[in-house]
Amino acid sequence: MSTKHTNLIVSSSPHVCDPVDTKTIMRAVVIALVPAFAVSCSVFGITALSMVAVCVAACVLFEAACRKLLNRPQTIGDWSAVVTGVILAFNLPSTLPYWMAVIGCFAALVLVKQLFGGLGQNFANPAIVGRIVLFIAFATPMTNWEITPRMSSVIREAAGADAVTGATPLGLLNKGIEVPVNDMAIGFINGSLGEISAVALLLGGIYLIYRKVITWEIPVAFLATVAVLAVLMGQNPLFHLCAGGAMLGAFFMATDYVTSPMTGKGKLIFGIGCGIMTMLIRQFGSYPEGVSFAILLMNILTPHIDNWTKTKLNGVQNGGAK
Amino acid sequence: MSSGKHLNGIHVNHSKNTAGQAIIPMTLPEKVYIPMSQHIGAPCQPIVAVGDHVKVGQKIGDNEAPVCAPIHSSVSGDVVAISKAMSQMGRVDTIIEIVPDGKQEIAETVVPPVVTDKASFIKAVRESGVVGLGGATFPMSVKFNVREPAKVDTFIVNAAECEPFITVDHQNMLTHGQEIVDGVRAVLKWLNVERAFIGIETNKPDAIAKMKELTKDDSNITIAELRQVYPQGAERVIIYETTGRHLLAGKLPADVGCIVSNVTSVLKMQQFLATGMPLVSKSMTVDGNCVANPQNVDVPIGTPLCDVIEFCGGTTKEVKKIVLGGPMMGRAIPKDEYGVIKGNSAILCFDETFATQHEASACISCGKCVRGCPMNLMPCKLAKAWEQQNIDMLREYHVTTCMECGCCGYSCPARKQLNFEIKLAKQWVMTEDRKAADKAKAEAEAAKAKAEAEKEGGNK
Ligand code: SF4
Ligand code: SF4
Repeated sequence: MSTKHTNLIVSSSPHVCDPVDTKTIMRAVVIALVPAFAVSCSVFGITALSMVAVCVAACVLFEAACRKLLNRPQTIGDWSAVVTGVILAFNLPSTLPYWMAVIGCFAALVLVKQLFGGLGQNFANPAIVGRIVLFIAFATPMTNWEITPRMSSVIREAAGADAVTGATPLGLLNKGIEVPVNDMAIGFINGSLGEISAVALLLGGIYLIYRKVITWEIPVAFLATVAVLAVLMGQNPLFHLCAGGAMLGAFFMATDYVTSPMTGKGKLIFGIGCGIMTMLIRQFGSYPEGVSFAILLMNILTPHIDNWTKTKLNGVQNGGAK
Repeated sequence: MSSGKHLNGIHVNHSKNTAGQAIIPMTLPEKVYIPMSQHIGAPCQPIVAVGDHVKVGQKIGDNEAPVCAPIHSSVSGDVVAISKAMSQMGRVDTIIEIVPDGKQEIAETVVPPVVTDKASFIKAVRESGVVGLGGATFPMSVKFNVREPAKVDTFIVNAAECEPFITVDHQNMLTHGQEIVDGVRAVLKWLNVERAFIGIETNKPDAIAKMKELTKDDSNITIAELRQVYPQGAERVIIYETTGRHLLAGKLPADVGCIVSNVTSVLKMQQFLATGMPLVSKSMTVDGNCVANPQNVDVPIGTPLCDVIEFCGGTTKEVKKIVLGGPMMGRAIPKDEYGVIKGNSAILCFDETFATQHEASACISCGKCVRGCPMNLMPCKLAKAWEQQNIDMLREYHVTTCMECGCCGYSCPARKQLNFEIKLAKQWVMTEDRKAADKAKAEAEAAKAKAEAEKEGGNK
């Protein structure tokens, strides 16, 4: 008589699943940010490390506390709070007092993410809102760009010999001073902690596309639009790609799943929109940099873009169009 | 040929561990349990009684109903019981229990059928007992007997075998290629169909080469090389990939001029045409991380599943889940004492690493489910609508066009049971639609009766 097996687990198909889960995705984002973090540490020194540590700790704590107070299942294991912490820190100047950074984390994690129901429910990218809240509340400390000896001589000279802070390349551009593109690409410039090295961010972004965490549409459409508009405005497109938060925004912030469109076509529209808004703000806005505002505006448009770009159904006549 | 465009799908790990392994005939079990419901359609009625002696290939169950395929004895021996019991489909079924005598005498009725025209061909296909052997189990003769034959111009042989683990179709092409080609020719001839495609996924290059060689003189038979993207073997997908035609929900392949048959079904049909031996055994892949010797076996219908597993060396670890069919669309069963039926193409035994259900977390809107859906649905939206019991949204997003392929559930990083929820939602919408239709019909009839009554009243 053969061995019989009873009491087996009965569940619906499929009985296998993709090895990639939410945690793997979030961890891949953290890994992709490591090169930019390394450049940041080398340029800003220990402050880069401590700012990231403070933001990550604050975000994780806020997330844990919220879930507990709201009596919801704990979710810090999914690494999403860590990602928000790192990205927010990357968007802050090295000189920002830590307590202000913590307020940014509060805005991001509590106001934008958890009060709207947690991961997947937020209407805008938490890190971006965190940054914008800080920017509006603490305009001066949020635009205090530290200058370190590692930075391009053009920036140091423009700021004056003994200056500890000075304008960023985008700020200098408005004054007619152009920082060499090779310094900018590597990251020998001032600015927010994690946005300075275009090359390192590009590396991380390619890794995310390779790991299929993000698709190419948003970053490519975003950056291509920035480059094309720069040419049309008679400026150096490489400068604009390396300046400000373009790379960080295109690969790591505009691609946030929840707040960007789902379909390829929608993503292209979204990316182009981000690019246009960024360049408009850079050229005509009262702030030198516009990436965060551009992404925030497009976040708000996302549900509409999703509606315009609904997939054509294969199972009904005319793809389901009415 | 294909338009160059493709339907969405996903990349799954093929796990074709048994590829290239010959199909070994299984030894006779102590007893076979043959259920009378092995196909879509009316169950068969037993036409033997307890105490009867039966032989291999002898018909033991049939039904006059339009959608049905007869069932034959897989062994020679004595009918010891005809019982009502739970079958592997989870339904109470009539089960004929036969104790083999070991002689495997072949029934006198097993003689090649005489086929002279379409009607006799379809009759022969019916007598072969062949159903969709890939798992769909739709009677082949019913499929061939389309309402508007003039519209059908394409016969598609589904040899994609896109489910992971399963390799029997592959093996059958390697060892029985000629018979398969003969079967295709017979179908084209008797059903008067212009052309045939044999769709094979490119992960089976040897089968593609073999079938190409065998059909090199048949200008009307094309070997279609399908991408390694699950689910190429789904009816709508293979129709689109070979002919470029969209099979809309609620339509039959014949509506777009196609008949689709599984490759092993074609083989078994051809074997019946050549020898008169109906479908009495089923080739299956036995695999999964608990099976001692994963292999392909040819199993007499009705053999208890546990005997098949035992034949493959038994299990090496504690089995937590047994899946009949592939891991993407197969069914998990509560125990393995059931008899093998025609639609079984694999037995997969898994330990807890596979069997454990992951806890679902919140949707992160990654869009993977959307990008993977061959029907271009938005599974995340459908699941949300189901969770909110929002029937309007389910209708707006066309839940009823889901073909339950499982791509969405496979790819979701939040581990949501998307296709399961969507299946429930689909059933809900369909029930409501039917109710509404019935109500509308009843109302219309009532109104008509009333109008007539009034008319008559007026005439008086
Ligand atoms: S199960 Fe349905 S919704 Fe999910 S991928 Fe397949 S067809 Fe699309
Ligand atoms: S795959 Fe899962 S997490 Fe991603 S959008 Fe679909 S339902 Fe949401």
